[in-house]
Amino acid sequence: MPKVKVARKSTWVDMTAMTDVAFLLLTFFMLTSNFVKKEPVLVYTPSSISEIKIPETNIMTVLLDKNGKIFFGIDGQTTRRDLITRMGEKFSVSFTEEEIRQFTLIDLAGNPMGAMKTYLGMGMEQRENPDNNLGVPADSTDNQLRAWVKTARELNKDARIAIKADEKTPYPTIKKVMKTLQQIDENRYNLITRLEGPSDEAPKK
Amino acid sequence: MAEISQDSGSHKKGGKKRSKKATTRIDFTPMVDLGFLLITFFMLATSLIKQQTMEITMPSDKKVSEENQTVAKASQAVTLILAKNDRVFYYFGQPTEAGVTETDYSGSGLRKVLLEKNYEIAAQVEELKQEKAKTKMDDEAYRKKLSEIKSGKNAPVVRIMATNDASYKNLVDALDEMNISSISRYAIVDLDSLDSELIRGRVN
Repeated sequence: MPKVKVARKSTWVDMTAMTDVAFLLLTFFMLTSNFVKKEPVLVYTPSSISEIKIPETNIMTVLLDKNGKIFFGIDGQTTRRDLITRMGEKFSVSFTEEEIRQFTLIDLAGNPMGAMKTYLGMGMEQRENPDNNLGVPADSTDNQLRAWVKTARELNKDARIAIKADEKTPYPTIKKVMKTLQQIDENRYNLITRLEGPSDEAPKK
Repeated sequence: MAEISQDSGSHKKGGKKRSKKATTRIDFTPMVDLGFLLITFFMLATSLIKQQTMEITMPSDKKVSEENQTVAKASQAVTLILAKNDRVFYYFGQPTEAGVTETDYSGSGLRKVLLEKNYEIAAQVEELKQEKAKTKMDDEAYRKKLSEIKSGKNAPVVRIMATNDASYKNLVDALDEMNISSISRYAIVDLDSLDSELIRGRVN
């Protein structure tokens, strides 16, 4: 009896089609998405029915965490460079070229100008430590937030102001920020919210 | 890994010299790997959803001259007081001895109160929305009509007062209710002593 010969099939699979798919997806993701902004604190925004989308560029963000710390940021590296230089002049803090470069890489910074120099000198990991983020002061005696927004407005006339705050942020902090903006005639701004999900509306009777 | 297999067949003796036939098959596996690696990177490092936002216009700080000041009729005024632990109080018109009524942020609470107050306008807005869906009205005309309706003569004026114990969520919820019940005239105002007196007995 002759041996049954099993036909040896080659295991070669044509990968061309898969490459096509992979790169198609890659192109899709590259074109439709934008990079996640790095936020120094985790903020859980409240939900609303509003469906207006916020633009990606030309935006200054005031971030408020649930303990009432204030962070400020603006997009655009050249704007940031000018911003920190001017702020340095205003508060008579001189920054080195390296510190200025570091600042342009930070999305949202929240420190009083006095502590800014040390903050910029820190490494990435140290910066994430909440103890190293003291928040921008916005009290009536020392309102640095006003200076930040005002300076940023001088640099970018079209920028919109967006306030992003945590659900649990106490109202006095919000009031402080709103009052500050009112003082410098910034009366139109956006409140960032989360899209209302079905789970949010608990039917209470 | 790239196999470009060549047919290294034995040449026949004295035969014609044939050019070697090289297969042009290239192994694409590493390229797929690379593709998916990059996809993974982009998926993790980017966000697809744009953030939602709520637009708000606050009154200017500048003093408004007497004649430009709009005085709300007491019959149209609604005052909301946002208090601690997600509690909310309201009253119509002038603050009275009768005091304030408590409600909540749910659909059957605050929304119902506001919709009842704004019944006419809410109905008109609803009508306009249906008309828009039917006739495919362009957005600009729609917006114009909408703001016309909303600023109607009998539109209520809502004052939102938040106590220091209120949270940001409360404020956003209250503003959200304004949008839902098509109230365009509202303002966030400071809590005055008269109003804090009104709720004093209720919260502690």
